[in-house]
Parts: sequence; structure tokens; C-alpha cells
Amino acid sequence: MREVLFFLMGALALGGAVGVVLARNPVHSALFLVQTLMAVAVLFLLQDADLVAAVQVIVYASAIVVLFLFVIMLIGVDRREAFEEPIKIQRPAALAIGAIIVAEIVYLSGHEWATGLQGYHGTIARVPDDKIAGAGNVERLAQVLFTDFLWPFQLTALLLVIAVVGAVVLARRSGQRAEDVIDAEPADQPSDAPSSVDAAEGAGE
Amino acid sequence: VIASFVVTDTYYLVLASLVFTVGAVGLLLRRNVIVMFMCIELMLNAVNLTFVTFARTLDDLGGQVIVFFTLVVAASEVAVGLAIIVAIFRRRRHATADDVNLLRG
Repeated sequence: MREVLFFLMGALALGGAVGVVLARNPVHSALFLVQTLMAVAVLFLLQDADLVAAVQVIVYASAIVVLFLFVIMLIGVDRREAFEEPIKIQRPAALAIGAIIVAEIVYLSGHEWATGLQGYHGTIARVPDDKIAGAGNVERLAQVLFTDFLWPFQLTALLLVIAVVGAVVLARRSGQRAEDVIDAEPADQPSDAPSSVDAAEGAGE
Repeated sequence: VIASFVVTDTYYLVLASLVFTVGAVGLLLRRNVIVMFMCIELMLNAVNLTFVTFARTLDDLGGQVIVFFTLVVAASEVAVGLAIIVAIFRRRRHATADDVNLLRG
């Protein structure tokens, strides 16, 4: 059962990843990304990472992908990309680099990696004489997160605040001078502005 | 044959490396900035899978905690990155990586 699930979800994850790269329409890319994220969530579940799988679905597959889709809807679907290639060697070079990366990582993954101390931050497996008897993955993870990793956990709150403030500052309009807006918009608008009609065409393909 | 077959952690690591590679190649191939961001998410997710795999292999919950921190960093990165894309898009009406070449030498 686990083996079947692994290969099924592995194929889904890999297929979704390839779909993200190959899809012409960014909306399709986002949906393929959801496929990959869901498959990886199941792979997390297969490896006794219950809470991480739930967070993966809630944060990644919903919040982040919805954010992507919002921005795609906001700026429209740009399909101008496929027709021009300014750096001629970029495509074969990218494929060659990809081949090198996969070769070396697969080569390394068959070896003994440098792995460090074992069981240093609490164990995944349930041991009978545990402090929190009968606790599942969530309780264990919480105990580690709020003791050993308390300081990094607090820092993530700071990071999130900085990110939110940064996003608001970057996205608001009033920093822009009025004449820039007036100059820029009519000149570029008719030629390649991706309208909602354009987006609808792309989705229909 | 099938009954005795066991998926070891090496399978997970190879799968994660393949997903990572697809993300890396996609980052190099695509020039739509949003799709490039999605490829970065793919790479982060592959690394998360590696962390979870090692957490189980070594029986160490630290690996799963690190996944949380990766998630937080990914979420902040997406928020700021998409805000940058929107800001660029407001100036020029498309979001292609090659168009942002003001600093070209």
C-alpha cells in the first residue's frame, strides 16, 4: 500500500512539476503547482509528518497558490514569452545544467550523507516512557518547536511582519509620481496589454 | 517480488532531487516572472521533502521543524516578490524577466 501510494504520488508530483514548467498559461502552471503540492503533502503523510502535511495543504496549496492566482488575474496572462529568445544559448545551457544537477544529486543520494547527531531534537517514533504519553506528531512537534526552537520561531514572526510591511509598501500606489503614470500608461496600453479577454482565451485553450 | 519491495528513503531523496531539478531547469527556461516564482516554490518543496525524509530516517523532529521555517520564508518571499511584480507591472505593462534590464552594463 505504501509503495503503491509512493509511486502514485511521486508520479503526480513529478508530472505536476513538469507541467508547471511546460504550461504556456500561468494559470495552468498554478494549477499544476497545486497538484505537485498536494502530492508532496501525501508523501509527507507517508513519512509520519502529519502536521507538516496539513500545513502544506493549508499554507502552500491554498494561501500561496491563491496569492499567485490573484496576481495573475491582476496583471493578466502574458503569452508574449514564447516567441522571443534573447540569449540563444540559454535553453540548451539550462537543459545541460539540469542534467548535471540531477546526475550529481541522484549520485549523492545513493551514498551515506553527512547526517549529524541522531534523535537530538525529539523522536518521531512513539516511545512508551515518553513525557507526553500517547502524544501524536502534532504534540511532539509543538514540544520541540516551543522549547528547542523557540528563538527561531520568534524570529519567524519578525520576518513575517517585515514581509507584510514590505509587500504593502511595494504594492501601494502613492509612492509613484503622477506624471510617470500619465506618461507610461497610454503609450504601452494598446499594444500588449493583456486584457481579461486575452486571459479568457488563454484559459480556453 | 512486489510483496518484498520496500520504498526506502533513497527513493524519496531521488524523487525530491528530480522535482528540484525540474524546478531549477524551469527557472532557467521560463521568463514569465510568475512562473519563475512557481519554479522556486517547486525547489523549496523538494527541499522540504528531503528534510522530512531525513527527519524520519534519523528519527529527529528537527527536520520537520525546519520545514516550518522554510514555509515561513517561502510565504514571505512570495508576498514580497509578488508585490515587486505588481510594482514592475504598473510601470511597464508586462512581467517578463528580460525586460527588467535597466542595470545592464
